Parts: sequence; structure tokens; C-alpha cells
Amino acid sequence: MKRVNKNRIKKDPPIKQVKPEKRQTTLAGGTVLDKFNAYRDLHAQALFSSLGRMLSTPFNSIMTIAVLAISISLASGFYIAVVNIHQLTGNLQTSSQISLFLRDEVSDVHAKKLSENIRDNQSVQTVQLISKDQALAEFKEYSGFGSAINVLKKNPLPIVIQVLPNNTLTDKQSLTDLLKSFQQMPEVDFAQFDLQWVERLQAIVEVAQVFATLLNILLSTAVLVVIGNTVRLEFYSRRAEVVISKLVGATNGFIRRPFLYTGFWIGFISGVSAWFIVTILMLILRGSVERLSGLYQGDMHLLFLSFPETVFLLFISSLLGIMGAWVVLFFELRSNKLQ
Amino acid sequence: MIHFLNVIKRYEETGDVLRNVSFDLERGEMAFLTGHSGAGKSTLLRLIAVMERCTRGQILVDGQDLSLAKESQLPFIRRKMGFIYQDYKLLNDRTVFDNVALPLIIAGYGHQEVTRRVRASLEKVSLQGKEKKYPLALSGGEQQRVGIARAVVNKPPIIIADEPTGNLDPELSAEIMQLFRQFQQVGVTILIATHDISLISQLNQRVLKLDHGQLVVS
Repeated sequence: MKRVNKNRIKKDPPIKQVKPEKRQTTLAGGTVLDKFNAYRDLHAQALFSSLGRMLSTPFNSIMTIAVLAISISLASGFYIAVVNIHQLTGNLQTSSQISLFLRDEVSDVHAKKLSENIRDNQSVQTVQLISKDQALAEFKEYSGFGSAINVLKKNPLPIVIQVLPNNTLTDKQSLTDLLKSFQQMPEVDFAQFDLQWVERLQAIVEVAQVFATLLNILLSTAVLVVIGNTVRLEFYSRRAEVVISKLVGATNGFIRRPFLYTGFWIGFISGVSAWFIVTILMLILRGSVERLSGLYQGDMHLLFLSFPETVFLLFISSLLGIMGAWVVLFFELRSNKLQ
Repeated sequence: MIHFLNVIKRYEETGDVLRNVSFDLERGEMAFLTGHSGAGKSTLLRLIAVMERCTRGQILVDGQDLSLAKESQLPFIRRKMGFIYQDYKLLNDRTVFDNVALPLIIAGYGHQEVTRRVRASLEKVSLQGKEKKYPLALSGGEQQRVGIARAVVNKPPIIIADEPTGNLDPELSAEIMQLFRQFQQVGVTILIATHDISLISQLNQRVLKLDHGQLVVS
């Protein structure tokens, strides 16, 4: 039943009113230490009783935690995937090597001479000549097309000169100028930066990073909502207790406390479960990744969630639990409905 | 201790449930609140417990104006009152001890103080030795006494009882009334809502009678 708007009705002149006690404290009686102990006991009691209540309905708890753990592991799994790819492209970034593909008619002798000329260039650090035969041998070894190439009568591969510019050349403009100067040589068919594909890959990784961030926000919201709803259902199932506590003088803070701890436990346990899911998935993936890495002669090691990342994961999932519970309780307790 | 001045409670759906109710209950006074079903007894008690606010008029409890009290002050006002209900309102998943201890824990008493006071309170209602029992393992009369122990454990200056003997046989009712008399003798203000006429006549106390929301005997 709703109350009639008080403002519409004229108020009576007030009768004598004694001032209320100046300071109303939450705690009563005893020394400061007693009060502190009582307060600490309240928290300890709420911490363990909320855990106990969750364990008393294991099926419900497991269902909720499974949903949350999967959401959190999706978010953190995507994050760790991006971290790993980032590490891979990060290693590649250091090389700004230029490949010069020579015209078909250029002989091996001429090519050797040319490479020596290039070596004399001040902005060049090292030069490596790859003859047609070397290139073919390499290609056979790594491409897996060995038998197909044997069918060819003529070696289709050009002579390549790999040029590593001096370390002093770091800005893009001078590197591009160097590339152009090679491009203008009559023997050179075309010249290109080896890192061009790396740049493209990095751009893709950047997109993935933004996507991971958005996904994390989305999944965090889902976690918040699921925990909020779970706590709301718990609040309704313990409505009698809430009403009775209020009638014997419980503050909203007192009523909120056990539910906040419930939110904390759900978040924390989901976070721990998510950590296990991610780690197990990565252990399964590790073999394949290492084989892949071996094929590319790479020294890529699969990065697992580090200790600070694990702490952060558990902190965020616990915090989301507390926040979800808090938001729901804020709205449930704001209305002073007692039945 | 409890002052009502021209109190009106109006619901949009049903109109005025309380009309111009005025009365004073002094410290240590005991009174029965009576009247037919729907006369407004429960509404009046709910106003005292600040589960609802009055539409118009003024209610003072221990000198504090309830209509001016902020939401955050309400728990502290409620701690001055012990409430007793016809349906006991006990937590059935907690022991007798935990039920009685609830107001003390809420008020922040230390462990030893809680134990001492709960024991004393249970002794007063002759339930010593039943601390570890659960409410549903007790008889109706015993459950009501647990409710009373919980209401007085915090030594509140006011006790409000809503049909406290509604589910009890006359013998148990008389026992519980005897308890109320004891509390009154130590200065507790007691307001008991009941329509048990025989109970009222036994105890020769002040009677507040509500009739369609108006106080007819005071």
C-alpha cells in the first residue's frame, strides 16, 4: 500500500520534542577492544556463514560458478592469447631487413660484385647473398614442395641480397630513402622491407587487443549481472531473516554484510576456477604451439598467466562479485519495505 | 514514553485507517490496545515500529519525533523497543541461543556479554537449558517465550506485543501476562494489542480501544 503524499496535508503544530541523543553509535557497551572484537567477529561470522550457505546448496552454487568461470576464462583466455601473439610480433619488430630481388639475367658473379658494393655503403651493416641454388635448397627444405620443384626444368627463384641497415638508421624516412636507392639500381628487380608483413600483423594484433578489451568489458558486465541476480535470489530466500533483523534494529550495513560476502565468494571461486580452465587449456595447447614454433625456427615460448596477472584476475573477479551484490542490495534496501 | 497526537494514517486504496488518534503512555505504564479486526491495531503498532510513517500528526517515542527521523536513524529507534508477535517471528534455522542473541549481535556486543545476557534473558522466561534447541522443536508457548526473551534481551525501555497470546491456551497466556507484569514493575513501558477480553479483565490495566480507526476508550 502506498502512502498518501504528506505534502498535500497541512501539518499540526508540533508538540514538545526532546532532542535525540547527540551521537548514535552502531556499537554498544564494553571497551574499545571489546567493540573491535565484536566487529571483527561479525565479519568473520559473515565470511564463513556465507561460504557455508553456498556449500549447503552445492548444485545451485556449482551451476552459477560454472557459468561465471567460463565467462571469466573466456575473457582471460583471449587476453593471454593476445599477450602471446604480441610477444611473437614483438620479437620480429627488431629487424628492419631489406630484401633485394635481382633480375633474372644477372649472373652469380655480377651479383657477388654488387653485394660487395652495397657492403661499402655507410648505412649498411651486413649483407648476405643468397644464390639461386641456395634459395632453391632452402625452399625445398621448408616449403614441403620439394618433389614438385624437382619437376621444374629451370630454377624459378631469383638471386636475393639481404641487407641489414645500420643501427643508426631508425626513422622510417631514412630507411625508405635507402630502400629507394636500392630500387633504382639496374640489377634490382624490386626491393622490399621484410618487416612490412610484420607491420600488418602488428596492426591485426592491435585490432585483437581492442577486441579483447571490449570482450572483457562485456564479459565483466555479464559476471556483474549474474552475481547480482544470484545475490538477489538469495536475498529473497532469506527475506524473513532480513525483516526480523530490521525489526530488532539492524542497520542496512548489517543486513548487507553477509550478502556482500556471498558476492565475494562467488566471484573469488569463479576466478580460481577460471584460472584453472585457462591453465589447463594452455597446457593442452602447449605441445602444438611448440611444434609450430619449431617449424619456424622460432624461440617462442607459450606465456601462461603470470603471478601478478593471476592476482589481478582473482582481485577483479572478487571485486565484480562484491559490486554485483552491492548494486542489488542498494536497490533492495533503498525501499523501506518490511514485509 | 509513547505519545500520539492527532495521528492519521491514510492509504490510497482503503482511506483512513487511523483517524485523529491521540494518547500518551508514560514510562512504566502498561496498556492494552483492543478493537475489532481491521480497527487499526496493527497499523498503529507498525507506526510505532516505523515500518510505516503516519500521514499526518505526530508520534514521539522516547522524546524522538518519528516523522522527522531519518532513514538511517530508524535502526537505533527500533533498538529502544522489543517487539513480540503472534507468529513469534523466530529464525527456524538458528538455535534458541542465536535467536535471542540477534539484537545483541546487531548492537555490537562482545561475545562474553552476549552469552551472559542471553543466559539471563532465557532464565527470566524459564527456558534455561534449551539454548541449543531449534525453535520448531519447542512447543508454541516455549516459542513465544523465546520471542519474549529476544524482545527483552537488549533491556529496551519499551515492549510492543501484537496478539502475544493469540496461539496459546489460557494457562500459558496468564503465564506470559505475568512476565509482562514483571517487566512493567522494573519500569518498562508495555503496549499489548489483543482482542482477548478475558485477559484484559484479569489484569485491570489501561485499555485503548480502537473503533474504525478512532480511539473510543483511552
